[in-house]
Amino acid sequence: MIRLLIPFPLLTLALLAMWILLTGFSPGHIISGALIAVMVSRTMLSLRPERPTLRLGRAAVRLALIVFIDIIRSNIAVAKIILLRPPERNSGFIELSTALRSPDALAMLSIIITATPGSLWVQHDAHRHIILIHVLDLVDEQEWAGLIQKRYEKLLIEIFE
Amino acid sequence: MIQAPDLPTWAAIVVGLLVFGGAAITLLGAAGLLRLHSFYERVHAPTLGATSGMAAILAGSALCFSVLQTRPVIHEILIALFVTLTTPVTLMLLARAAIYRDRSEANAGVPPDPESGNGEPER
Amino acid sequence: MTMLLLALTITASQILLGLAMGCAVFRMLRGPRAQDRILGLDALYLAAMLLLVTYGIQTGRTLYFEAAMVIGLLGFAGTVALGRFLMRGEVIE
Repeated sequence: MIRLLIPFPLLTLALLAMWILLTGFSPGHIISGALIAVMVSRTMLSLRPERPTLRLGRAAVRLALIVFIDIIRSNIAVAKIILLRPPERNSGFIELSTALRSPDALAMLSIIITATPGSLWVQHDAHRHIILIHVLDLVDEQEWAGLIQKRYEKLLIEIFE
Repeated sequence: MIQAPDLPTWAAIVVGLLVFGGAAITLLGAAGLLRLHSFYERVHAPTLGATSGMAAILAGSALCFSVLQTRPVIHEILIALFVTLTTPVTLMLLARAAIYRDRSEANAGVPPDPESGNGEPER
Repeated sequence: MTMLLLALTITASQILLGLAMGCAVFRMLRGPRAQDRILGLDALYLAAMLLLVTYGIQTGRTLYFEAAMVIGLLGFAGTVALGRFLMRGEVIE
C-alpha cells in the first residue's frame, strides 16, 4: 500500500527536506512540501528506473569519511603543485581494471574520483571493465590502482552490490 | 562598500577566517587555470574552488546567518550538495569532449579509444 | 573594532574572488581551444556564485542566497550544453 503511494521513499524524503530548507520550517510548509514531494517523486515512475540495491550502513559512513579526508589531502597536494610548480612533475592517463559492475557503483566512483582534485575520470569501457583516469601528479601507476581498489572499490561493492 | 553584519567577536573571527580562506583557495584554483600547461592538467584546477573553497565560504555563511537569526540556518547545504554533485559531471563531460576531439584529430599524447580500438568516432 | 575588521576581511575576500573571476575570464578569452574556454566559463560561474554568497554575508540578507542558487543551476545547465555541443555538434539529439 505504502509502496504504491510512495514508490521512491528516499527521493520523496530528499524532496521534502529540500522544500523545508528553501521555504522555512512551519506546519503549513511541511504539509505542502509533503504533498509536492509525493506527487513529484511519482514522475520518476514514468522513467522506470531499475531499483538500485543500496545499503546505507557502516560501509557508507566509512566511505563518506574516507572521501572527506582524501578530498582535503588532495586539495593541499594540488594547491602545492599550482603554487610551487615542481619541475619534475608529470601528469598522464592511466588505465585501471575495475571489479565494479553495477552502474550505480560506477557512477559513485566516477563522482568520487573527479571530485577529488588531482584525479579525473575520463572513460569507462563496459566490455573490458577498464576505466581511464587522468592524474595530475603521476608517480606510480600501481600505487593508484591499489589505492582505488583498496580504499573505494571494496566499500562500494559492500554498499551497492 | 565597507559593511559587515553585527556578530559577536568569536563568530566574527571564525566567519572572517572561513570566508577569507575559501576565497584564497578559490583564487588559487583559478590561478591554476593560468599556470598549468595543457588542457588535461587545467581541468584539475577548478576542483579546488569547487570543493574546499566552496565548503569554507558556505560554512562561513551558514554560521553567520545562524548567529544572526539565533536559529540554525543550513540552507547553504543545498548549494554545497548541488555543487559537489554537478561539478564532477561537467568536468567529466568536458574531459570526454576534449579527448574525443583530440582522438578524431589524431593528436599526440592521448590514449587510444578502448571501445573502438582504431580511433573511430563512436555513435 | 571587530566589525571593522570583519568588514575589511570580507571586502578582501571579495577582491580575491574577483581576481579568480579575472583568471577565469582570461582563460575564456585566450583559449587556445574550445574546451579551455568552456572550462574558464565553468570556473567563472563558480567564483561568481561564491561572490554572491559573500555579498549575502556582508549585508545579512538571504536574498543573495537565492541568486547564488540560480547561478549554480543555470551555470551547470550551460556548461553541460556546451560540453555536449563539443562532443556531437548539437545539444539535443
